[in-house]
Amino acid sequence: MTWIGDNLGLIWEQLREHLYLAIVPVILGLIISVPLGYVATRYSWLANPLIAFGGILYSLPSIALFIVIPAVLGTKVLSTVNIIVALTIYTVSLLIRNVIDGLRSVPPDVRQSAIAVGYGALHRVVAVDLPIAVPVIFTGLRVVTVANISMVSVGAVIGIGGLGELFTLGFQKDFLTPVVVGVVLSLTLALIADLILVSLQRILTPWARVATPVGEVA
Amino acid sequence: MIEFEDVTKRYPDGTVAVDKLSLRIPSNQITVFVGPSGCGKTTSLRMINRTIERTSGTISIDGDDINGRDAVTLRRGIGYVIQNAGLFPHKTVVDNVATVPKLIGWDKRKAHSTAMELLERVGLDVKLAERYPAQLSGGQQQRVGVARALAADPAIMLMDEPFSAVDPIVRHQLQEELLRLQRDIGKTIVFVTHDIDEAIKLGDNVAVLRVGGKLAQFAPPAELLANPADDFVRGFVGQDRGYRALTFVHPEALPVQPLPDELALQDGVPLGWRNGSEELLPVGSVFKRGDSLRAALDAVLTSPTGCGVCVDDDGKAVGVIDQSTVAEALRS
Repeated sequence: MTWIGDNLGLIWEQLREHLYLAIVPVILGLIISVPLGYVATRYSWLANPLIAFGGILYSLPSIALFIVIPAVLGTKVLSTVNIIVALTIYTVSLLIRNVIDGLRSVPPDVRQSAIAVGYGALHRVVAVDLPIAVPVIFTGLRVVTVANISMVSVGAVIGIGGLGELFTLGFQKDFLTPVVVGVVLSLTLALIADLILVSLQRILTPWARVATPVGEVA
Repeated sequence: MIEFEDVTKRYPDGTVAVDKLSLRIPSNQITVFVGPSGCGKTTSLRMINRTIERTSGTISIDGDDINGRDAVTLRRGIGYVIQNAGLFPHKTVVDNVATVPKLIGWDKRKAHSTAMELLERVGLDVKLAERYPAQLSGGQQQRVGVARALAADPAIMLMDEPFSAVDPIVRHQLQEELLRLQRDIGKTIVFVTHDIDEAIKLGDNVAVLRVGGKLAQFAPPAELLANPADDFVRGFVGQDRGYRALTFVHPEALPVQPLPDELALQDGVPLGWRNGSEELLPVGSVFKRGDSLRAALDAVLTSPTGCGVCVDDDGKAVGVIDQSTVAEALRS
């Protein structure tokens, strides 16, 4: 307990870094996935190869990515950019499938009437297709957010890992407290992030949780 | 007036959906495209708002070629109703209806108040305005679809099998309401259906299309029933076209006989037929003065006594007719 009291500054610092390293890739990944997914639904031959490619990228070991990226980008090994780029790749590789599935979940008659009432192509995507895709996209967003929060810790191996650095610290000193603090905080972080996403989804999609009609009353 | 001139739609695989279609769709009337599946009726309809582009020929609205206009702008000026309504599931009922007014830049308040007026006009409880489409029945959704199509007061409304996914009772109500609405608004309506009865009931003019997208006959429904152009049309309008044609015979005044004592009344409204026992026999269907001969004949056929009851606008019995009255009217 005294260790926690003495190291509040360090813990707070690692927590902030952890959150930053986990969330920025989710946002970047979303910004990349949405247009990419839209293009894939316009040119439908692209969709399956993209999803398959995403699956391959996701199966790459994270440590390998953390090490290869500095060599490819020319960044310093200890740069946070490496972690952010690696996790953005994971985010896109997971999220692309949900964006494509979400856009495909727009019923054909809804799309047909959106065109017929006079939405232009881009306007239609923003005002009709994406809002209807929100539930499916959010399913992916929740998975990827929790996955990122747990994956940031792996970065500790190469020296930037948010709460993961508390693990290395604990192992080096053969001292359990920092490890427990790290685990508890990263679990809490994942839980809170998920709760925020669920609430956000509820706010964005009031239409998705309405009751269906009881009887046919014309 | 919407004019098709030699309009052809050929798909890249060589299928011809519409073949040299030429016809004039008069303004302020209901024109129905009817035919079996594969006859190109929906394709023809969608070429009017350019959600399908024709291969050759011209389509013009009031003399202007529709290809001379931006497709998106064109569509905002043409109402569109489809099967299952195609409502936006993420928008409330009133926002669905206000879609086109908002797209063309009306201010929010005006779009909203117009949408509310239209909901009432199509017979929907305004309490439903803030609900989402999933909370509505099929018939209610279809009404919202009609309201959405009419919101920006377009001169033309396209309807693609709008009533074919609802049950027969609701369909009948929606058809009646469309006719009532049309009497007020007088839009140029193009209506697609595969149901010849619906075509005859709703159409001022009916275009019968055959498979391969060729026009078989374009005529008012009475003409279609009386003089089918060929065997295809004769087959399509059905075996009982003679009986159905009675829908268009409106005898000036069928001579009615005084009400018989057997007919039990309450404040003038027929209750049933007395037959000596406690319980009354049902009245059968009734008809009004000025109704078609089909309605009169139906009243005779469904009455347990063979006497069809004629009522006035308040539902009060004014007289009866029997088979000989109808037979007499048929002879003349």
